[in-house]
Amino acid sequence: MDQVLFYAAAALALVSALVVIGQKNPIYSAFGLIVTLCSLSVIFGLLGSPFIAALQVIVYAGAIMVLFLFVLMLLNVRSEQDAPGRGGRTLGAIAVALVALLVAQAGAVLVRAEPGPAPAFDASTQRMAEILFSPQFLYVFEATSILILAALVGAIALAKKDF
Amino acid sequence: MTASPLVQELVIAAVKVAVIMGALLGVFSLMTWIERRVLAFMQFRLGPNRTGPFGILQPIADGIKLFFKEEVMPAAANKWAFLAAPVVAVGTSFLAVAVLPYGPPFTLPRLAFLPTWLWPEWLWGRSVQLQIATIDVGLLFIFAIAALGVYGVVLAGWAANNKYSLIGGLRSSAQMFSYELSLGLSFVGVIMLAGSFQINDIVSSQAGRAAGWFLGWNAFVQFPAFLVYFAAATAEVARTPFDLPEGETELVAGFHTEYSSMRFALIQMAEYINMITVAVLATNLFLGGWHSGVPGVPSEGLLGFVFWGGKVALLLFVFIWLRGTLPRFRYDQLMHFGWKVLIPVAAAWILVIASFVTFWAR
Repeated sequence: MDQVLFYAAAALALVSALVVIGQKNPIYSAFGLIVTLCSLSVIFGLLGSPFIAALQVIVYAGAIMVLFLFVLMLLNVRSEQDAPGRGGRTLGAIAVALVALLVAQAGAVLVRAEPGPAPAFDASTQRMAEILFSPQFLYVFEATSILILAALVGAIALAKKDF
Repeated sequence: MTASPLVQELVIAAVKVAVIMGALLGVFSLMTWIERRVLAFMQFRLGPNRTGPFGILQPIADGIKLFFKEEVMPAAANKWAFLAAPVVAVGTSFLAVAVLPYGPPFTLPRLAFLPTWLWPEWLWGRSVQLQIATIDVGLLFIFAIAALGVYGVVLAGWAANNKYSLIGGLRSSAQMFSYELSLGLSFVGVIMLAGSFQINDIVSSQAGRAAGWFLGWNAFVQFPAFLVYFAAATAEVARTPFDLPEGETELVAGFHTEYSSMRFALIQMAEYINMITVAVLATNLFLGGWHSGVPGVPSEGLLGFVFWGGKVALLLFVFIWLRGTLPRFRYDQLMHFGWKVLIPVAAAWILVIASFVTFWAR
């Protein structure tokens, strides 16, 4: 059951990720990204961490993507009219070839790898909080929040020239 | 013949889903009538009173009318997005419903006079609760689904390719993500005091306080959080005074201007289901769930359902009451209230509760 769900979610994530980069209309890309993020959340849930799964949806699929869509709709971005020129096509072809190579390599590694027993994994909310607020990670955690705060203040300062 | 445990669980789950969905749809259609009647009385009118006794059959008449109306889709609309938007709206509103408890756990009676195919022996004395899924992060799940619910509105507003729809969609996305923050922050104090994300734990944590009196409920213990929750939730379901997304005086009908017939009904249904969800959540998180609030008055079984249902009905009435009383906010007032009043109050309250939990409670 878990495996079926995992492969379904993984396939959905991959297909919608392709939609994100393949679509000309940016709104479709945004919706593709939302589906990708939701399927990733399913995978987090399957890994035994409903907390991270819920946060993934709340923060990324919910808050951040709504902002993306909001801006896209506010600016009323039309889909790209012009097809990319010759140079763009060549570059695209090279990129696709590279990605295909990467996928093939990853597949080869996966096929050769012996599926060992999954390590004991406790990602409950309490355990996560204990790790996050342990002396080992506390300073990193606090530093991250200060970094985000600084970015916020910086964004406001850039957007609003006259106070 | 006894069915295997898996079959038993599946049967119980299916019946629960059927009962909860049926009850929600019933309450939804009744609410459309009650709201119009109550609003009418508040405005010295009569409201719909022609169809059936007191007009109670009005929702059925409305349903038939909407069913036979022509479905219109604007020529310039984005077809798939236009079709998907009501589905997204209804889907997310029904997903959130799944993790809420509806009333207390109760024991199924032993009804030996019923035929065994209808009431088999393995049901006798079994304890069940009207809750489809009991998950550990129930509250976070609801919050996540509420975050996704915005997309139904955004998609509807964008897909119709109509300027009123687009402005309505933009307004509601801005409003929803502004008020989602204070909604989430208002939960935090509740979660910290209960020490759990699970809604059943939060309900029972309130019953033990203040010797079982209603003063121990979160609505009284955490009064600021309750106020923030109620304001943010009203904005989240876009009810007056926060109904700017469909402000009909400026925007025709906002994001659902171009929707007609059953698709309009679906959007309407999503809005009412969201409103019921918000009321049920407030009852469970802040108003002590199915507990009576008076020591000595039992809150098990049928009586619990009465208390629980009464609280939900009261909250739903308050929503209608607000609509009949308050004028709509102006857009800048809305943003000001959300960002500069609700969020600081909620954040300060988290600080209070966090210091209480850290320094006194443990």
